[in-house]
Amino acid sequence: MSYRILEKKVLIPGQTTLLVIDAPHVAQKAKPGNFIILRTSEKGERIPLTIADCDAKAGTVTIVFLVVGKSTAELNTFEEGQSILDFCGPLGKATHIEKQGTVICVGGGTGVAAMHHIAKGHAAAGNRVVAVIGARNKDLLLFCSELGNFCPEVLVATDDGSQGHKGFVTEVLKQRLEEDKDISEVVAIGPVPMMEAVAKVTKPFGVKTTVSLNSIMVDGIGMCGACRCTVGGETKFACVDGPEFDGHEVDFGELRLRLSQFRPQEQESMKLFQEKCKCAEGK
Amino acid sequence: MSEKPMTTAKHPRTEMPVQPPFVRIQNYLEVALGYGEAEAQAEAKRCLQCKKPLCRQGCPVEIDIKGFIGQLQKGDLPGAYKVLREYNSLPSVCGRVCPQETQCEGMCILGKNPQKTGGAVAIGRLERYVADTFAARLAEGDAACLQITGEAACRMTRDDVKVACIGAGPASLTVAGYLAALGIKVTVFEALHEAGGVLVYGIPEFRLPKSIVRREIDAMKELGAEFKTNWVGGKAVTVQELFDQGYKAVFIGVGAGLPQFMKVPGENSIGVFSANEYLTRVNLGRAYDFPNYDTPIFKAEEVCVVGGGNVAMDAARTALRLGAKKVSIVYRRTKAEMPARLEELEHAIEEGVQLELLCSPLALNADENKRLVSMTVQNMKLGEPDASGRCRPVPIEGDTRDIPCQLVVIAVGTKPNPILLEATKGLALNKRGYIDANPETGETSIHNVFAGGDIVTGAATVISAMGAGRKAAKEIAKRLLGTEA
Repeated sequence: MSYRILEKKVLIPGQTTLLVIDAPHVAQKAKPGNFIILRTSEKGERIPLTIADCDAKAGTVTIVFLVVGKSTAELNTFEEGQSILDFCGPLGKATHIEKQGTVICVGGGTGVAAMHHIAKGHAAAGNRVVAVIGARNKDLLLFCSELGNFCPEVLVATDDGSQGHKGFVTEVLKQRLEEDKDISEVVAIGPVPMMEAVAKVTKPFGVKTTVSLNSIMVDGIGMCGACRCTVGGETKFACVDGPEFDGHEVDFGELRLRLSQFRPQEQESMKLFQEKCKCAEGK
Repeated sequence: MSEKPMTTAKHPRTEMPVQPPFVRIQNYLEVALGYGEAEAQAEAKRCLQCKKPLCRQGCPVEIDIKGFIGQLQKGDLPGAYKVLREYNSLPSVCGRVCPQETQCEGMCILGKNPQKTGGAVAIGRLERYVADTFAARLAEGDAACLQITGEAACRMTRDDVKVACIGAGPASLTVAGYLAALGIKVTVFEALHEAGGVLVYGIPEFRLPKSIVRREIDAMKELGAEFKTNWVGGKAVTVQELFDQGYKAVFIGVGAGLPQFMKVPGENSIGVFSANEYLTRVNLGRAYDFPNYDTPIFKAEEVCVVGGGNVAMDAARTALRLGAKKVSIVYRRTKAEMPARLEELEHAIEEGVQLELLCSPLALNADENKRLVSMTVQNMKLGEPDASGRCRPVPIEGDTRDIPCQLVVIAVGTKPNPILLEATKGLALNKRGYIDANPETGETSIHNVFAGGDIVTGAATVISAMGAGRKAAKEIAKRLLGTEA
């Protein structure tokens, strides 16, 4: 069995891509916060990606990925109509969603895509969702209009000030927390430094803060422990205990270092892939 | 039988050809090469064909060992295979991975006085020979039923009786093969992208070639069994949903997934892996062939593997093949207490694996970048025997030392994987958190839901998982087919 790409949308050329995959058995079960693991081809590695959206009726799952290495670069060569070899999910614990008031969902970089699915879930549960998203400039902002469909407020921060606040999402978040004492939860998904910074900002306000960890994974079903992280002084497996944890308890420093575990191999693999691509272009 | 058995010291146990150690640590191919016809005949002839064979009592699935070796003595290979298949669904696998020295061969009468008799009959090697040779001689096309049952014809698959297996390891494969041969439509749901369970992600190619597992699975598919990979039981599908979809029985064989760590400081440092991760990367992900395959593996000059079982041996020998200069097994008891299969321990030592015995990890020490640099161990001595009958290791107060290493693989066992258990309402678990199943039928607290293998017993052997699968399969067949079974 293979999984067809029904739609491919280049969000940021050469960098971020959205794929809509035909995977009914995943779509019918997926909830906000879940992730999938895919493999492009026979020699491919297992790539974990948080679900950006899904449509149970259509049987589709939307994923958004950033080209960071060989495997994602290869995935980026797939076009509409082509199929991915393996697509496994839904994995991980779903986001805990209940009607609770106002929830601020913070997203940075590609993390906005995963945050989108969670924000949508909170909105569907009747929560007022304030989205805070950031990027280097306005052209790199993801899911801005989609979030606008169900979030009464979408606050934007860009490094260069080309849209919204000039600066970081944490500054926007902090201001919002100062103005509005009635925030029940903050959800943050994005690069590790961003999630760490968000947790630091929310701590003095005593607001529940949920982060979604993008640890290295192999099986994604609790078998290997590659994704282990320290939360509140205890070792947890991001794949079965998470991927969402209390942001105030996560050891982000450890997570950052563990994410670099295979960097030399990743670089070697990427270099070979790029050389191969150049050869192919040369022909 | 015309000839007398040849069982004197002049006819010792027939050695099995192996790749020489210095050659094999540079490749990932199978170490033991298996008997040829002459070797198998010579070894089969050593069997005394005892009136009351003890070997059978040592076998967890009570294979008629005397029977299959008897057929081999007569030169009847298909006959020998048929006997094996009556009891054992994966003889090619078991011939390679069973701890024979503590099972059948441990009971063989010839093993009692090896100086005089030349040692126990090499039952495992003969089992492997029969299974491999028979499969190799099968003609294509009409081979599936013969391979699965040893019989020429199996029943046609009927669509009105279907059974689901969750997990595609040894226990489920046994259920699938047994029921498929009876014409029951079996669907196997596997979470990973490849079927085979521990046979594929855990046991390395150099000990059990993947082609053997694939051959078995292909034959089951030909008999009508369907394998759905990338389906996580409890996530993509629940037990209740399977019944709703018309499955008449469900077999749970999901293995004992969650790796145990040691809870010592520094365990999350870079360079510390569970054996499951290390082996899954190499075996399932073919990381030994990186970057041709995309899954990376961590390499280091000095490697420590913690544990004394087969998984520890597999990890240590894998590390050697991946180019480590020094690989040490760190074990808190002595060689005599190691639970590993004797042949694996011997092969590991031949290949240059060092043993750091009577010591137990206290801390994993890392540099400022959290990269592992050494392991501090507590030296131990042996005390009184514990509940398992093995001598309990006792710490020698204040006696510690550091072993330099940049890679540590932890192979100290597993815990039950919670995914399916949490998703299945009404499934009774035992005190240790494994599934409570009827030892006679394999049935769980839920009617027509069966379980077997490591998820019932905790980490055990391939053969015991198969035995449990067989019991459950027989019960399922009896219930679904009635007298036709």
